[in-house]
Amino acid sequence: MSAVEVLAADAGLGEFFKTDIVREMFPRIVTEGMRNTLVYTSIAFVGGLLIGLLLALARISRRRPVRWAAATVVDVVRGLPALLTIILIGFGLPIAYKSLTGNLWRWPFGTLGSRFIPGCLALSIVAGAYLAESIRAGIEAIPKGQMEAARSLGMSHGVAMRKVILPQAFRIIIPPLTNELTALLKDTSLIAILGVQVGGREILTYARTLTNARANTTPLIVAGIAYLVITIPLLRLVAMLEQRAKGGRR
Amino acid sequence: MITIRSLTKSFGENRVLLGIDLTIEQREVVCIIGPSGSGKSTLLRCVNRLEDPTSGSIVVGGVEVCDPKCDLDSVRTSMGMVFQQFNLFPHKTALGNVTLAPLTVRKQDRAVAEAKGRELLARVGLSNKADAMPHELSGGQQQRVAIARALAMEPKVMLFDEATSALDPELVGEVLQVMRDLAGEGMTMMVVTHEMGFAREVADRVVFMDGGVIVEEGAPADVLERPTHERTQSFLARTRRN
Repeated sequence: MSAVEVLAADAGLGEFFKTDIVREMFPRIVTEGMRNTLVYTSIAFVGGLLIGLLLALARISRRRPVRWAAATVVDVVRGLPALLTIILIGFGLPIAYKSLTGNLWRWPFGTLGSRFIPGCLALSIVAGAYLAESIRAGIEAIPKGQMEAARSLGMSHGVAMRKVILPQAFRIIIPPLTNELTALLKDTSLIAILGVQVGGREILTYARTLTNARANTTPLIVAGIAYLVITIPLLRLVAMLEQRAKGGRR
Repeated sequence: MITIRSLTKSFGENRVLLGIDLTIEQREVVCIIGPSGSGKSTLLRCVNRLEDPTSGSIVVGGVEVCDPKCDLDSVRTSMGMVFQQFNLFPHKTALGNVTLAPLTVRKQDRAVAEAKGRELLARVGLSNKADAMPHELSGGQQQRVAIARALAMEPKVMLFDEATSALDPELVGEVLQVMRDLAGEGMTMMVVTHEMGFAREVADRVVFMDGGVIVEEGAPADVLERPTHERTQSFLARTRRN
């Protein structure tokens, strides 16, 4: 009988919410769950920004094949469920490597590495595909006189991009970027599909383990609160930044 | 200093320049006037290759800028450009705008670049605005910062693309004064302008363009007071009426 069926059979507030289980969850929900959620989010967001920036620059390249290739990657990744991308990279990539080379592919850092490295990599790619569109929109929102002024001073295209265009573009797209960060934070729970390892669990996976073990939904409610503690300030921040952008200068 | 030969430029079907020949000597101030759409801004933008010419030749300080092998970034450092819309970098202070190219292109030491930058800001009358952001400055002040920014690369030529056209009338004078000073110091200048008074007073030569060709050129007194060509006469008559 699965945990959900047990819960359904014994429905009642006791099985729904028990304060001693809440107590039992501390400090692990913070030291393991929230910590890992934040670690995975940070790694995937930094990776996503790098991939997103590369894809965005490729999307506005002067060379048609480059533009076309980047658009394809962005559309394919955005068109797939994040879960499928994670499974393909976590399980599919090593299998593909083995059938191509005959050798076994090993991610570094043992079993923990074999789960969270491909997981974060897949999340970076997913985030990168979404971020690419925001970053491109930001770059295209900068008046073309800015690039002309920079080039007329003798800056190369790359220097002008780095010193003049991108700093302005990123300032504009902080709100959509923060939205993407929130979405990414929630998606970190999908990494668990690649396997669960004590010490490497994020909020939801830790809570689900405990829900199954105690046949009680309390951990899920605590997990929900743990997510909201992080995401609501982020969402409010976006709202504030958007408000300021609307009423503010330039 | 600048030699333009048989220059043409088309945007698709639209032929904007139909064969321009123009020579600008060192220390010469040449004002280019003409109705909008006559191709005068396009001509200026071809000189530093913000537009790619369709055919012809432009030699600046001995370098053929139309040559695909020419090092554009390096040639452009010898030409400062001032735009109608200022195009200051809004995320940098006035001083930051002036020092950005010396720091990134010339790899100058920050202290050296900033000392030079402050000197240039003083030269355009803005020594007290070094730390101001562009949005805190008036249009006239922004354009003066833009001139200082262009001068920071120590160009041999300055290109002005309708530098005062976006300014409120009461702010035009301060920008023209900076340009007048620059001309007085012997800067070679190519000035696309609607300011007939400035052309008459400062230019060594006035070039009248219409329909993608140079219709008439010569000393300001000749072109502006005694134009020989009918198109020049009617254009000047129209500008006087306004």
